[in-house]
Amino acid sequence: MKIPYLVDVVERRWLTAYVPLFAVLLYLPSLLILLFSFNDGVYVAFPLKGFTTLWYGKLAANSALLHAARNSFAVGLFAATIATIAGTLGAFAIVRYKLRVAKAMTVLANLPLLIPAIILGIAMLVLLRAIGFGNSLWAIAFGHVVVCAPLSLSVMLSRFVDLDPALEEAAMDLGATERKTFFVITLPLSLSAIAASFILCFTTSFDEFVVAFFLSGPEQTLPLYIWGQLRFPTTLPMILALGTVVLGATLALVVFSEWLRRRGPKVAVN
Amino acid sequence: MVRGDNRLGQYAMLAPLGISAVLVVLVSLALILVLSVQRTDPAALFTEFTLAAYRNEVALPIFWIVLLRSLLISAAVTIATLLLSYPVAYFIAFKAGRHKALLLVLISAPFFTSYLLRIFAWKIILGFNGVVNSFLKTLGLIEQPLQFLVYNPFSVVVALTHAYLAFAVLPIYVALERIDKSLIESASDLGARPFANFRQITWPLSLPGVAAAALLIFVPTVGDYVTPTLVGGPGGTMVGNLIQAQFGKANDWPAGSALSMAVIFSVGLLLALMAGSVKLARNAA
Repeated sequence: MKIPYLVDVVERRWLTAYVPLFAVLLYLPSLLILLFSFNDGVYVAFPLKGFTTLWYGKLAANSALLHAARNSFAVGLFAATIATIAGTLGAFAIVRYKLRVAKAMTVLANLPLLIPAIILGIAMLVLLRAIGFGNSLWAIAFGHVVVCAPLSLSVMLSRFVDLDPALEEAAMDLGATERKTFFVITLPLSLSAIAASFILCFTTSFDEFVVAFFLSGPEQTLPLYIWGQLRFPTTLPMILALGTVVLGATLALVVFSEWLRRRGPKVAVN
Repeated sequence: MVRGDNRLGQYAMLAPLGISAVLVVLVSLALILVLSVQRTDPAALFTEFTLAAYRNEVALPIFWIVLLRSLLISAAVTIATLLLSYPVAYFIAFKAGRHKALLLVLISAPFFTSYLLRIFAWKIILGFNGVVNSFLKTLGLIEQPLQFLVYNPFSVVVALTHAYLAFAVLPIYVALERIDKSLIESASDLGARPFANFRQITWPLSLPGVAAAALLIFVPTVGDYVTPTLVGGPGGTMVGNLIQAQFGKANDWPAGSALSMAVIFSVGLLLALMAGSVKLARNAA
C-alpha cells in the first residue's frame, strides 16, 4: 500500500513548482537592470518609456568610466595571479606534506572571509599607514590578494585532494626531482582548477567595493566609479547599461570556467 | 619516495598563503586594537593608553541599539536565506539528475553582476514608483504607492537575503550530495516514512552544510555597509555605517577602531556561545 506521505507530496508538486519560482526571484534584479538599460527615460521607475540604445553609446564615450574599467582589469589580473599562486602552493603543501601547521592553516586562511569586509578594509588601511604607504591602486590590489587567497585555497584544496598521489610518486620513482614533478605532473593535471581559481579571484576583485573604498587613492576602480554615480539620477541608466555589459561578460566567463572545470583531466581515483 | 627531505622548502610553499591570508589579517587586526586605545589627536598617537574611544563611542546606547539591530537583521537574513535555499539545494542534489551542473551554474550566475547594482535594483523593485507599487496599482489594489517597502530594516533584509541566496545553496548542496544514498534507501526499506526519513537521516547529515552556510551569511552581513546605505534609510542604519562614519566624515580613527573591536568581540562571543550550546545539545542527546 503506497500512501502519498508529506514529503512525497512536497517533493513531487511543491518542489517542482518552487524551484522555477526561486530562479525567477534570483534573476529579478539582473533582469530589471537589463530592462532599464534599454529604457528611453532618465528615471529608473515604471512605466517604461520606450526602447533606446542611447545609454550604451554614452557608456562607450565615457572616458572616466573606461579608465576606471582599465584600473579594475589591472587590479583584478594582479590580485588573481598572486592569490592563485598563493592558493595553489599553499593547498599543495597542506594536502601533500604532513606539516604540523597544515590543519591550523586551513582554518586560519578563512579569516578574510570571516571578518566583515568593512573591518577588513579599515584594518588594512591602518596597516598601510603603519608601514608608511598612502592609498593607491597597488594598495587595492594587495588588499584584493588578501580577499581572494582563501577562495583560491578552497578551489585548489579540492583539486589536490582528488589528485591521485601515485601519479606524482611514479614520476619521482622514475627519477624526477620533487620540483620537476610539481611542474611537469602536478601543475598540468591541475590546470583547469588553476583557471577556475583565477577566474573566481578575478571576478571577485573586479566586483569588490568595500575594501577598495578604504584603500583607494585618486585612481578609481569600476565599483568605486559606480558608487560615485549612484547618487546622480541622470547618469543612472548609463550605469545600468554598464551593469548589463558586466553581467554578459561575467556570464560568459562563468560558463567558460565551468566548461574548463568539466573537461579537467579525469584521473581522480576515489 | 623523496618526499619529506626538504622541510624548509615545504614551509616556504605555505608562505605566500600564510602571509596574505593570515599574517596581514592578524597584524591589521592587532593594529586596530592598538589604535582603539589611543587619543584621537594624531600628534598624540602612541603616547598614552586611554579607553576614551570606548567610553565616548562604544559605551553609548546608540551603538548597542544599532549593533542589536544589525545582529537581528543578519539573523533574519540568515534564517530567510537558509529556508529559501534548502529546498533548492535538496532538489539539485536528489532530483535534478544530469542537469545538476547546469542548475548550479544557473544559480550562481546572477551573483556575478555588480553587487552594488544588484542591491540598487531593490530600490527599483521596492521604490515608490517601483515594480511592486506599479503592479499593485495596475491591479487596482492600492491608490497611493506603499511607502513602507523601502528605506527601512525590512528592505535591508530583503536585499541582503537575495544577495546571499547562492552562497547558501552551494554549501548545503555539497553536504546533501555527500550523503550516502543507501542510508536513505535502507531507512525507507526498514519502513521509515518519508518525513521521518528526512528528519532522522537527511536533515541531520546535511547540518554541517547548513552550519557552514549560516556562518558564511551571518558574519559578513552583520558588517554590511552597502545595503543599509542604499536601501536602509535612517531606520535601517547598521554598524557598518557607524564604523564608516568614524573613518570618513568624523575622521576619528581610534573611535572607528574601538567600534570595530566591539563588533568583532560581540559577534565572536555570540558565535562561541552558539557553538557551545550546539555541543551541549549534542552531548545531551
